[in-house]
Amino acid sequence: MSFDFSVVWSYSQLLLTGLLWTIFITVLAGSISILLGIVIATTTLYGSRIASLPMRGIIFLFMGTPLLLQLYLLYYGLSQVGIMLPAFWTGVIGLGLHYAAYNADIFQASLKAVDPGQMEAARSLGFSRGATRRYFIIPQAVLTALPQVGNNSIILLKDTAVLSVLGISELVLDAQRAISETYRPFEFYFTAALLYYVVNLAMEFMLSIAGRKTEEIR
Amino acid sequence: MNQQKPMIELRQIRKSYGSHEVLKGIDLVVPRGKIVSIIGPSGSGKSTLLRSINMLEETSSGEIWLDGQQVNRPLKGRVFEKHINHIRQEMGMVFQQFNLFPHLTVLQNIMIGPMRLKGLTKTAARDRANALLAKVGLADKGQAYPARLSGGQKQRVAIARALAMQPKVMLFDEATSALDPELVEEVNQVMKQLVSEHMTMLIVTHEMRFAAEVSDHVLFMDGGVVVEQGDPRQILSNPIEERTRVFLRKHLSN
Repeated sequence: MSFDFSVVWSYSQLLLTGLLWTIFITVLAGSISILLGIVIATTTLYGSRIASLPMRGIIFLFMGTPLLLQLYLLYYGLSQVGIMLPAFWTGVIGLGLHYAAYNADIFQASLKAVDPGQMEAARSLGFSRGATRRYFIIPQAVLTALPQVGNNSIILLKDTAVLSVLGISELVLDAQRAISETYRPFEFYFTAALLYYVVNLAMEFMLSIAGRKTEEIR
Repeated sequence: MNQQKPMIELRQIRKSYGSHEVLKGIDLVVPRGKIVSIIGPSGSGKSTLLRSINMLEETSSGEIWLDGQQVNRPLKGRVFEKHINHIRQEMGMVFQQFNLFPHLTVLQNIMIGPMRLKGLTKTAARDRANALLAKVGLADKGQAYPARLSGGQKQRVAIARALAMQPKVMLFDEATSALDPELVEEVNQVMKQLVSEHMTMLIVTHEMRFAAEVSDHVLFMDGGVVVEQGDPRQILSNPIEERTRVFLRKHLSN
C-alpha cells in the first residue's frame, strides 16, 4: 500500500475553491458571531428585562446543544413550517448564532470587568450613560475579549467542516468529491487537514499581532 | 453677571447609607476664583462631599448650587439626565486613581470630551489638547497610551482632560494620594499654576502643607460634620477645636 499525492495536484483547483469557501464562510459566520455576541451581551447587561430575556434564551439554547443538531433544526426543521433558507445561508447563520452565544458569554464577562472608575470619569466630563458605554466601556471590553474571541474564531473555522452535511461546498465536501472520483481518501483528507492547519496558523499570527497592539494599552 | 454669587454653594447637605449618616448637614461656599481645601481623616465624608457636588454621589437632602444654577434640581428621568450631563461639563473632576481611558492615546483622552460634547472639530480639539499638554509639561506624550505613563504623568493628563472642557471650577479628589512621594510635586506644580490663573478649585487632600500653601480657606471635617474652618494658617498652626489638634498632630509630625 503506497500513497500517491500526485493525484491531489490534479484536483488542486477543486481543493483551493473549497478552501476559499471555507475562509469565506469563516469570515461571514465569524463576523455574525462577534457582532451578534456584542449585541447579546450589551442587551442582557444593559437592556430592559423584556429585551434581554430572548437573548438569554439564545445563549442557553445555542451553548447547550450540539451544532450539528442546530443546523438540522434550522435547515430541515424550519422547512417543515415553510421557512426555506438556502443551505449556504442556513449554515452561515447557524454557525454564526452558535458562536455568538459563546462570544456573548465572553463579552459579558469583559464588560463587567471594566473598571467602574471609567464610568465615573466619563460621566464627570458630561457623557451620558449610553455615550459612556459606546465610547469607553464597550471598546475596552472588546479589546479585553479579543484573545478569547479570536480563539473561538479558530474553533469556528474548524467547525465549518460540519456544514458539509448540508451539502455546502467547502473544503471537506470538495475533498469528498475528489475522493469519490479517485478512491484516495488518505491523500485528500490529509491535504485538507494541512490546508486547515495553514489557515489556522495564519489566524493565530493575526491574533498575535492584534494581541501586541492591545498589550500597549495595559 | 453673577459676580456676587459664589461659584459653589452647598446648603445643609445630608447623605445616609441606610441608617448610617455620612454627611450631617454640610454648608460650604467656594467664592469665584478662590481655592478651598477640605482636610480630615479617612471616613470623615470629605470625598463623599466632593463627589456629591457633581452628583457622582446622590445626596439625601440639601441644595447644591454652581454659579447660580441648582445642580440637584428635582427633575426626573431624561430631563434630569440632560440637565446633569450639561452641568457636569462645567465642573472638572480629578480622581485619586486618575481614571484615564486606557484604550485612547493621551491626545485622544483630552480631545474626546470637547469633540463629542462641545462639538469642536478634530483640528480645534487637537490644538486645544496640545496646548494643554504643553501646559502640564507633557507636550511630547500625545501619542502615548496611558499605560506607558508614570502616575504623576497620568494625573497631569487627567487634569488636562478636565481643563479641555473649560470648566468653571475644578474638583480634586485626593489627586496625589495614589502617587509615589517623588511624583507628588509635579502634580502640585500644575495645581499651583491653576491657582495663579485664578481657577476656582475645591481640593480634598491629605497634604496639609500643600493645602496651607495654596488655599484661601480650609475646612476640617470629621464624622460627617465640618468641625472647624477658616484661614489656612490659623487652622493648621493654631486650631481651636481639640479634634482638629489631634488630627494635625498625627499628620504634621510625619
